Amino acid sequence: MDINSARTARPDLEDIELELLLEGLYRYYGCDFRNYARASLKRRIRKVLETEGLTQISALQNLVLHDAAAFKRMLLGITVNVTSMFRDPSFFLAFRQQVVPLLSTYPYIRLWHAGCSEGQEVYAMAILLQEAGLYNRCRIYATDSNERVLQRAQTGIYPLGLMQQYTQFYLQSGGQRSFSEYYTAAYDSAIFRSSLRENILFSQHDLAIDGSFNEFNIILCRNVLIYFDAVLQRRVHKLFHESLCRFGILALGRQESLRLSPYESEYEALVKSEKIFRRLD
Amino acid sequence: MSSLVSSPIGAATAPALIVIGASLGGLRALRELLQQLQPEFSIPIAIVQHRYWDIQHRLMESMQQGVRLPLREVEDKDELQPGKIYLAPADYHLLVEPGSFLLSTDPPVSYARPSIDVLFESAADAYGQRLVGVILTGANHDGAAGAAAIKAKGGRVLVQEPATAESDVMPAAAIAQTCVDAVLPLSELATQLNKFCAASSL
Repeated sequence: MDINSARTARPDLEDIELELLLEGLYRYYGCDFRNYARASLKRRIRKVLETEGLTQISALQNLVLHDAAAFKRMLLGITVNVTSMFRDPSFFLAFRQQVVPLLSTYPYIRLWHAGCSEGQEVYAMAILLQEAGLYNRCRIYATDSNERVLQRAQTGIYPLGLMQQYTQFYLQSGGQRSFSEYYTAAYDSAIFRSSLRENILFSQHDLAIDGSFNEFNIILCRNVLIYFDAVLQRRVHKLFHESLCRFGILALGRQESLRLSPYESEYEALVKSEKIFRRLD
Repeated sequence: MSSLVSSPIGAATAPALIVIGASLGGLRALRELLQQLQPEFSIPIAIVQHRYWDIQHRLMESMQQGVRLPLREVEDKDELQPGKIYLAPADYHLLVEPGSFLLSTDPPVSYARPSIDVLFESAADAYGQRLVGVILTGANHDGAAGAAAIKAKGGRVLVQEPATAESDVMPAAAIAQTCVDAVLPLSELATQLNKFCAASSL
């Protein structure tokens, strides 16, 4: 056996360390990252290593299993999905033009924002629904697996410096007002109006572990499933299918699809290019 | 550094994937390179081309012009298929796992999303010696760390000859950071990729 074939035959040590870490986190803390997409998870873990001043994943395992504070820091590092309000303005434009008219016929609208992270998209949707005159009929359930992230989401406070970009996206998404109406500037922060929050219920829910908790007219889950592997994606799609009412709407991220869903044939595309689907029955 | 291609570049292992990073001037360079690939070219190719929002739709169409191999903007968990060219979508990082792609919306790396380093580093993890990385024209340093990662895992790195690149910063940065396998003008890069393909189908 030459050196090259020996090298390909030996498993990668970092991969083994990563698996041991994930197993440890699951057994000890009950949080399950075992079916997160490996390549992106690895990048995030490497970033955590860097900020903790460590070089090996096994050292991180030692740290987080014995130090709850370090574990919480790591959780933030590997679960926060940074996004912006009205990211992909064309999605929100399509939602205004093609989903809002359908919703107008509903007396009551239940919306689930799955994996809401720091809430940017939840507030964006609240703004859109207010402008459409539907907000008072809505109940928005915004969930995330990470408690600390949810606390941040609940405050509705974002860095003021981001407002220029959010405003631009808002206008491109078909927003007709002055975006600054929605927040108050204080020092370096933009504090969003509390009226946007009135019908939002923030609560902890882990897509990797928890089950269905209600029946919804709309489920929004954009750019969350990309962080899951095929097995976990199938699980979540099953959960979504169980949680959507008849003709309920499922919105995914621009580069996501129903290809890995066992229920692909039970949906039709409402706006194909924006990945807005409707459950058939 | 000049061309080293007279000796066979790593004849040992046939590549299973080629990753290409390009930035300023990349569209023209990519088209020129891809147009010269043989019609039977069978190694999957993944590309990160830095771009702005407004050109996201036009990029696919303009890059496909004159290129025989089918181009696809990656959707999450797409499988790598022979003879296809995959393009990182705007505003997503493109990562590789054994046999498939995945996307992320993690923050930009060195101001770039998609980032060449992210593609190269994940591909190096997944394909090791069976990976070839190519750095083309660009005005930043993205890809230099990725090229080093490819070399560290036993893969090969080819770089567009800086003097022939519309912007020489990115190729020069890659050459400065790591011991690359060859520095070549576009037409010879294409020749080399075609040779890889011939070797892989043996």
